[in-house]
Amino acid sequence: MSNTMKSVAIMGAVAAAFASQTATPADAAAKEKCYGISLAGENDCAAGPGTTCAGTSTVDYQGNAWTLVDVGTCAEIELPDLADGSARTGSLEELDRDLPA
Amino acid sequence: MPTDQTQFRTALLDPTQPVPDGLTDGAGQPTTKRFAVYRNNVTVALTEALKTAFPVLVSLLGRQNFDQLARLFVRAHPPTSPLMIHYGAHMPAFLSGFAPLSHIKYLSDVARLELALRQSYHAADVTPFDGRKLGTFEAHQIVASTLTLAPAATVIPTVWPLFDIWRYTTQSGAPKPRAIAQPILITRVEFDPEPHALTPAQAAWLSHVTGGATLGAAQDSAMAIDPGFDLFTLLTLLIQNNAIANFTTPKD
Repeated sequence: MSNTMKSVAIMGAVAAAFASQTATPADAAAKEKCYGISLAGENDCAAGPGTTCAGTSTVDYQGNAWTLVDVGTCAEIELPDLADGSARTGSLEELDRDLPA
Repeated sequence: MPTDQTQFRTALLDPTQPVPDGLTDGAGQPTTKRFAVYRNNVTVALTEALKTAFPVLVSLLGRQNFDQLARLFVRAHPPTSPLMIHYGAHMPAFLSGFAPLSHIKYLSDVARLELALRQSYHAADVTPFDGRKLGTFEAHQIVASTLTLAPAATVIPTVWPLFDIWRYTTQSGAPKPRAIAQPILITRVEFDPEPHALTPAQAAWLSHVTGGATLGAAQDSAMAIDPGFDLFTLLTLLIQNNAIANFTTPKD
């Protein structure tokens, strides 16, 4: 590839890529914390040792443990019903159900 | 004779060493058992820290094998900083020199990935570069441009299907790893770092650019590996994941 062709190719790619930056809203794939949907030991957080968040939930669907989900999907995630037959749903706020004894 | 710290520390990390002389309990008796309990607690606590630090290694090796590896590691490389969030920095080198696991050649790259994910999690925030600041430019200026990545963005070069291995062990129902080289780009948009699979040409471009090379030089290195290298795809990946901190175009 000649030098001219190369610079034109690079310029085209840079211009097109930055143009799509302004075209796509930044929050297209935004996530939010959803409480009460994680299986035991599988709540999110990659902070590492010496921190207290990753994989610390001890019961399934623990109300004060969260997982990041796509914005707007938290309350619609399918979960098994509670023992009393009422529906169990995720929440954007901490819940007081399914807490470890 | 009083026990000095060096002696105490050596014995703490090596169960074949005798309990240091001169350690006594409140009643003036030797403290053999107390010291053994403490020695055991230190090793177990550090092993637990490593399990939190390297979940993919734990899942690849199995809990029991990892425990054995960790026991040797923590005694060879006890923490050098009270900040436990980055503990395990020697793990990749330790694994490449560890004969019993030398048949699993990708393990040290997996360790490198897990360290980098934690590094990215704790890296500083930065406002991503705004493309509107580029303004108008000539082709020769773009070729001589350089860019810097966000502190949370890192490249892990590898010849192994590192992304597939990571995905297979961390996500249920993920496909089995393919026999391809998959370097990884880690980015962080909000709170959590995210690995992306790269082609070897993309990884070459990124390592040149992060080393300070111009876009022209980086393009040459990528096209030497893959003549069909597509810069647009890679730049779009970087921009959409807020990975470009700065883009510097020469004035003329």
